[in-house]
Amino acid sequence: MSFPWAEQYQPKNPFMQWMDSRLPLPRFVYNAVGAGYPVPRNLNYFWNFGVLAGAALAIQIITGIVLAMHYAAEAGVAFYSVERIMRDVPAGWLLRYAHQNGASMFFIVVYIHIARGLYYGSYKSPREMVWLLGVVIFLLMMATAFMGYVLPWGQMSFWGAQVITGFFSAIPGVGETLRVWLLGGYVPDNAALNRFFSLHYLLPFVIAGVIILHIWALHIPGSNNPTGVEVKGKQDTIPFHPYYTAKDGVGVGVFFLVFAILVFFMPNLLGHADNYIEANPLSTPAHIVPEWYFLPFYAILKAFTIDFIMPAKLWGVIAMFGSILILFFLPWLDKSPVRSANYRPTYRWFLIVLAVVVVLLGYLGGASPTPFIIGLTQVATAYYFMHFLVVLPIVSSMEKPLPLPNSITEAVLKGKGGTSPAHSAVAQPAE
Amino acid sequence: MRGILNFLGVKGIAVLIGLGFTFVLLISFIDTLGSEGEAKSAEYALHKEARAANLPSDGPLGRFDNAQLQRGFQVYKEVCAACHSLKYVAFRDLAALGYNELEVRAIAQQWAIETPTINPETGEAATRPSVAADRFPKPFANEVAARAANNNAVPPDLSLITKARVNGEAYLYSLLTGYGQQPDPAIVANYPEFTTPEGLYYNPYFPTVNLAMAPPITADGQVTYADGTPATVDQMSKDVTAFLTWTAEPKMQARKQAGLAVIGFLLIFIGLTWGAYKSIWRDVKYQQ
Repeated sequence: MSFPWAEQYQPKNPFMQWMDSRLPLPRFVYNAVGAGYPVPRNLNYFWNFGVLAGAALAIQIITGIVLAMHYAAEAGVAFYSVERIMRDVPAGWLLRYAHQNGASMFFIVVYIHIARGLYYGSYKSPREMVWLLGVVIFLLMMATAFMGYVLPWGQMSFWGAQVITGFFSAIPGVGETLRVWLLGGYVPDNAALNRFFSLHYLLPFVIAGVIILHIWALHIPGSNNPTGVEVKGKQDTIPFHPYYTAKDGVGVGVFFLVFAILVFFMPNLLGHADNYIEANPLSTPAHIVPEWYFLPFYAILKAFTIDFIMPAKLWGVIAMFGSILILFFLPWLDKSPVRSANYRPTYRWFLIVLAVVVVLLGYLGGASPTPFIIGLTQVATAYYFMHFLVVLPIVSSMEKPLPLPNSITEAVLKGKGGTSPAHSAVAQPAE
Repeated sequence: MRGILNFLGVKGIAVLIGLGFTFVLLISFIDTLGSEGEAKSAEYALHKEARAANLPSDGPLGRFDNAQLQRGFQVYKEVCAACHSLKYVAFRDLAALGYNELEVRAIAQQWAIETPTINPETGEAATRPSVAADRFPKPFANEVAARAANNNAVPPDLSLITKARVNGEAYLYSLLTGYGQQPDPAIVANYPEFTTPEGLYYNPYFPTVNLAMAPPITADGQVTYADGTPATVDQMSKDVTAFLTWTAEPKMQARKQAGLAVIGFLLIFIGLTWGAYKSIWRDVKYQQ
């Protein structure tokens, strides 16, 4: 599965030799994230974010397991048990704030990880499977985060659960029955809270399992790189360890620095004040808004305001789920043979606009709905769908890409590893 | 189905779906263009931005001022506690304000509202003086009792109030000092239907500008501070805001102090990993 020049695991220690011939787990690790995995030599800092996402998952699992020792999933005492954790459990505030902000950090790094994949064409052949498994991980993360947000049983937990499970009632015919069956009641209550807790504990381990498949699938073709040019020989790669473990170490340090600033100095910045009020089914908050990482999708949901063949709500729900499901088809919508957007002068700009539009949708999703905001949301949502379904298929077949470097090594020797087209291609069109 | 797929291909189907979504969004957009936004409500026009309380616990280096917290606790005890519970806070927690064990015990024992219990002989509902381990007893046994005593409004629990409101410290301080103002006549002129109903009080810092709580802190000297600080309305409001900032986040000071140490550690960590990275890559990057 690896390149022929990959370093071979040769244990010197007699115990490791004994181990290797019985259970070659050290060999497995060596080949996966050690010196036995040859990686393109020109990866930039955007390639840190996979490791960072793994670190974020580890933080969530560790803090989550300890929190679960103190949390009570019962509607009458859930809110109180969280306050007990904050006030009376030793370092409970640290665990709870780390878990709460850890979710945000997980989404920040995963969004950057996805953006990197989009920009450098990491979803393209032969890495489609890596991409598909990544989208599965993203969907599992969203489900996990949603159910986790319900657990403190504050006002936004309760009303968020009410709104999100309400999506199912948009399904014609069976929708309402399905919603009641999923919730275990007509409104979110103890039954819903218990099953959400159960699944919130289960899904992270499912995510960990899919991550193993994601990395396995990655190791078949090996990592992509900023030029998008395939590895041609030994000179194009360096061993993952120590080169990228060292580079990832710097990334992990910066990640923890940002994380620490959030946890210790602004732990409630990304939360909602309403969630410090205990859930009350009789009192609806003035603004029901999901967590920031769902806001772009929430904006897409709200963009459909007119009943056309189907009710507006059903359009919204289909579009919201569709906006993520589109990503599954990306490898077949973009048939351009060039991976890196650095060498795709037209598509590059559409992609940059897409990034701006997604951030804008995030803002619009949280803003109070004036006609101006709704109109802008509709335009931005239209761009999102147009980008993937219309622009991408057309541009990818019409665009004339810039000349690619012959190899990674050539790009590295010429400039900055293909990270900037100004050095490698545009500035030297004659080559 | 296969015929359509062969005829259009994946891309053709994608373009059709994309244009379909865009069409529905376009008619939604035209509909939006034709709609007029809701006119701004009187509440929106009259509502004022909260003023900062400027507490010593603000900022990354902020620390609680125990003297202020004790004054704030006194305001809570003498003014707020008659209606507002503090159900997540225990008397023992007051030790963090600088009270010693005997003082905490005395505060618990002398608290005006006793802790519910049962009569050990008859099993009937009864009350007993609180001990340090008890949480603050609630002034009303239940929501119905609270509504009955307060003109059908429930006084919210104050344990988390500064975290349960947007910009909570400033909100609370502004609300407490915001009574007694009159709505701007120029704005009210646009909203002839606007009134402050009987039993409600005008306060421009409250989201709906009319609230059920009577002005709690009304006159200078309402509380006599043990430390001799002049008890102005502003001072009392600020002190009780500081106290309720502490009840909402009693571990704030520990959190910020730990944070400084963690950040110092991480800066060193980043420096070391950066050095290791540069040293390991020294011979690699642009040659081979």
